[in-house]
Amino acid sequence: MQHFSIWSLLRNGMSYHEGWQKHWRSPAPQREYDAVVVGAGGHGLATAYYLAKEHGMRNIAVVERGWLGGGNTARNTTIVRSNYLWDESTALYEKAMKLWEGLSQDINYNVMFSQRGVMNLGHSLQDMRDIERRVSANRLNGVDAEVVSPAQIKEMIPFINLNTRYPVLGASLQRRAGVARHDAVAWGYARAADALGVDIIQNCEVTGIRRENGAVVGLDTARGFIKTPKVAIVAAGHSSVVASLADIRLPIESHPLQALVSEPLKPIFPNVVMSNAIHAYISQSDKGDLVIGAGIDAYTGYGQRGSYQTIEHTLQAIVEMFPLFSRVRMNRQWGGIVDVSPDACPIISLTPVKGLYINCGWGTGGFKATPGSGWAMAHTVAQDRPHALNAAFSLDRFYTGHLIDEHGAAAVAH
Amino acid sequence: MLLIECPYCGVRAETEFAYGGEGGIARPLQTETLSDEQWGDYLFMRKNPKGMHHEQWRHASGCGRWFNALRDTVSYRFEAVWKIGEPAPTAHSAGTAKEPT
Repeated sequence: MQHFSIWSLLRNGMSYHEGWQKHWRSPAPQREYDAVVVGAGGHGLATAYYLAKEHGMRNIAVVERGWLGGGNTARNTTIVRSNYLWDESTALYEKAMKLWEGLSQDINYNVMFSQRGVMNLGHSLQDMRDIERRVSANRLNGVDAEVVSPAQIKEMIPFINLNTRYPVLGASLQRRAGVARHDAVAWGYARAADALGVDIIQNCEVTGIRRENGAVVGLDTARGFIKTPKVAIVAAGHSSVVASLADIRLPIESHPLQALVSEPLKPIFPNVVMSNAIHAYISQSDKGDLVIGAGIDAYTGYGQRGSYQTIEHTLQAIVEMFPLFSRVRMNRQWGGIVDVSPDACPIISLTPVKGLYINCGWGTGGFKATPGSGWAMAHTVAQDRPHALNAAFSLDRFYTGHLIDEHGAAAVAH
Repeated sequence: MLLIECPYCGVRAETEFAYGGEGGIARPLQTETLSDEQWGDYLFMRKNPKGMHHEQWRHASGCGRWFNALRDTVSYRFEAVWKIGEPAPTAHSAGTAKEPT
């Protein structure tokens, strides 16, 4: 792998940048691997990277139905934060945050992680009580968080209209939170995993999961049978579809989640503003476009598109809070398929089938967890048991009743 | 926006309806004898198919009544709607609601 640095940039500049290699190979699948990850999104690629880096498993592959980073990794609103309410989630998301803070150096790829701060607005007395509770819980768990007043919000964003139909009474602020370049995360992990010998096989749909005596023996794919004792399903919106190949039922429902970006503007929006109560979140990308996310559509769907009234609902809230943006034109609008779990928490778990592992249920907020998710999943796959970080996020919890209800911190805006 | 046919009121806009999740899930009887697995299956596990989905909708801003629907989760097209308690239609070919063109 070519090392990216100011010196390699200068050196390649001398030869008109014609000497750069491809970021990753496109190998044909081998007959056998020690482990195969199904799904080359951010989480799947991170899983493969940490399997190779932390656990020394080099004879592994990632198989992907489409192209890498082409699903929700390419469709999210790039927000990264770790201010969750419950201890279990905070530990997992904070692990991800710590990995984010060193990620560009670790994988030698600029993921443009920008800790510009994330505010979660409160619009009612109850919202503010919940915010104060969550901020206190965060601080007890060693996560930076503070409650900010309307005056402080106004100071950060002078053009915000606080006197809306549901007046802004305050917000929680996590200053270490921010945004990252979503595509670069997939590309960076793919490149780093590839450099460690991981085969990334695109256009290779999994059509069957072969089992013998309750244990995985291999995968039927569009490019033939691949023998492997370990399969990690990291398929986001399609988790139920892939898991059904091994007759595993999941507590997952896949919903369309929409987002949109505006035409590029000069820098105006200093941080990320999210509001659960009015279903809107907004930030500005480094390219200049306003990135706006909506809530999920109520019905389940795999269509990667949703209903217009969902977007209208979000934009009404955005325009009321930021009247300045009322005449900004929207450039693109799209939908992703999010795998929503009953308690708004992920599943990183063993399954009833030996050698089959699943990582799903991230719902509307998986991007922020990409490094931590991959790290914990890699441990689970390599050691055949969950790490302390993800022990609570088992598939079992829907039978034991030990749910981790993050709807308060996570329900809509993620 | 989808156009959805309420079996009681006819075709209306999607915003009048509330989604009620997977249909045809019967509440188990003799709940005192259920195992944790059976409870978990009933409460949380869902088919979540890519394709035809038997589901429940409620005409919340209309007659307020629940009904069954068969909808394709990829095209979002409704293939059939029928009242609660009625048998599911056998022929699903006639699209009863169409997306606006």
